Amino acid sequence: MTEQLSRPAAPTSPMPPTIEDNVNLTTGEVFLDRSTGHPVMQLKDVGVAFGGRSAVRNVSFDVFDREITALIGPSGSGKTTLLRALNRMHDTVRSAKVTGKIMLGDTDVYSGSTDPTLLRSRVGMVFQRPNPFPTMSIYENAVAGLRFNGVRKKALLDEAAESALVAAALWDSVSDRLKSHASTLSGGEQQRLCIARALAVEPEVLLMDEPTSALDPIATKRIEELIGELKNRVTIIIVTHNMQQAMRVADRCAFLLMGEDRTGELIEFGSASKLFSEPDDPRTLDYVNGRFG
Amino acid sequence: MTTLSFDSPADPILERRRQIQGIAKATVGRRKTYSRAAIGICWVFLVIAVIPLVAVILYTLAKGLPAWSTGFFTQVTKPEGIPNGGVWNAIVGTVIIGAIATAVTIPLGLLAGLFLAESDGWAAGAIRFAADVMTGVPSILMGIFGYIALVRTFGYAAWIGAFSIGMIMLPVIMRAGETAIRGVDPHLSEAGLALGARKFMIARRIVLPAALPGIITGALLAIARGVGETAPLLFTIFGNQYLQANPTKPMEALPLVIYNYSSQPYADLIQIAWGAALLLMSAVLILNIGSRWLAGFLQRERR
Ligand SMILES: Nc1ncnc2c1ncn2[C@@H]1O[C@H](COP(=O)(O)OP(=O)(O)OP(=O)(O)O)[C@@H](O)[C@H]1O
Ligand SMILES: [Mg+2]
Repeated sequence: MTEQLSRPAAPTSPMPPTIEDNVNLTTGEVFLDRSTGHPVMQLKDVGVAFGGRSAVRNVSFDVFDREITALIGPSGSGKTTLLRALNRMHDTVRSAKVTGKIMLGDTDVYSGSTDPTLLRSRVGMVFQRPNPFPTMSIYENAVAGLRFNGVRKKALLDEAAESALVAAALWDSVSDRLKSHASTLSGGEQQRLCIARALAVEPEVLLMDEPTSALDPIATKRIEELIGELKNRVTIIIVTHNMQQAMRVADRCAFLLMGEDRTGELIEFGSASKLFSEPDDPRTLDYVNGRFG
Repeated sequence: MTTLSFDSPADPILERRRQIQGIAKATVGRRKTYSRAAIGICWVFLVIAVIPLVAVILYTLAKGLPAWSTGFFTQVTKPEGIPNGGVWNAIVGTVIIGAIATAVTIPLGLLAGLFLAESDGWAAGAIRFAADVMTGVPSILMGIFGYIALVRTFGYAAWIGAFSIGMIMLPVIMRAGETAIRGVDPHLSEAGLALGARKFMIARRIVLPAALPGIITGALLAIARGVGETAPLLFTIFGNQYLQANPTKPMEALPLVIYNYSSQPYADLIQIAWGAALLLMSAVLILNIGSRWLAGFLQRERR
């Protein structure tokens, strides 16, 4: 289950991108398929325990460059817990203990010499509920991460903010009111602002924990489309309860399930098309067909 | 494996990523120092703030502990010259006065707090304002008020002291209760509303239980505040050399002992005053620590 699978659609010799795939017909922007087929994150035997009680364990898989990896599994199987381990969000929870090895490129995420704040500027996060900073304007929200990271040059702030807001499909509706408060946006817009805020730092990996579960179907659809477009820019790991969503957006999929002792484990990891059509494990088949969980 | 990458220096996103990560790395040392310095300053000020507190506690401990003997806790106060005086009558007085004040103000304060939390009308605004003003009124005014309004009619009595202390506790409990109740997730009330529950039912079954840890903390802190007050007792309970448990009669209380004895020129009475100060301080400390522990315990129980 943990052996490395080849990229689902990986051609052995790279194909030049076709015009249809790589040009945004409204803006004329050309996307290059930048994916390299290299793992950007590697999880080896990762486990998280809270106060000695194990919440997830034995998770090993690779996250590939500019792909979308979905974490699926029933409630309590440890998806959020695992996701938060990837950018050391558990550092602030005193009872939490992360074991195993997580690599981001050449960086050992949990090594003593890794600065967690620098790490988090490389591995961003979008939360379940939209959480724009309420006292900041739209613009200030978009550049908040840059400011936290010491960026002061106005030109760079402006450029990153615009690029992130464009990428989050928010630019057109907010470009004329960047100074107004983030709370004046709708829920879906707020979540897109949170995505823009995370993107502006230009992270290598973006973690998303059920980013659409607090949104209506139309806002959900827009965010889903957005996620599909973002993968040329950033590697995405997304937690979702929605099988259709996972099927629609994910390249690869990890299925977590809790065992007898209520500890989540990785049951199966592989290309999304395989996991949803002919998984190796019967429990995966049951889950993706909605037979439990 | 050969990597044929479409990444090129011209890729604006990769270029910007390199730039941002460069700035982040270059400034991380400065940002870390800044953050550490800020935390360091917080520590310094914390220590400065704590020094007088610790000094008062240690000094009282050193001065008061020698006074603690069996007799101190079992004998009543005796005038200068008569040996083996204690504060038993004052302990009983403080407990009775504190109990009366608590029994009256907690239900009253809580219901008022509930009203304040649930209502935003002009009445609530006026009461809230009055409570805030009352919190700031010097406690001696409560004593004088008790004297003018009650002592002149009924004579000196412990219950008037309890009344004056209650006037100090009431606004504290009200505002603590209001804060605790307002802290309860409004979605919970809505869930109750959606089940057809009436407002008072929601308050009794959903909101008050959820707010309980905060309410208990507030109430215990108010009690601690109340039993330590001296001024409201000065004009109301008079003091009593004998053991007295009847609240309609003059009574002794610990703050009164401290106040009266500490200004006496006799070493043994001053010693008793220190002992009483230490006792009162310990009681207040135990109430404070107990309220924190209880609130923490209740919070944990609910998970
Ligand atoms: N801070 C914490 N302290 C103690 N236990 C925790 C903590 N966070 C999570 N857990 C436990 O870890 C287990 C996995 O929780 P987690 O939130 O990761 O599940 P999940 O798969 O994200 O579920 P859901 O789909 O409902 O979001 C649960 O049993 C939970 O009780
Ligand atoms: Mg979760």
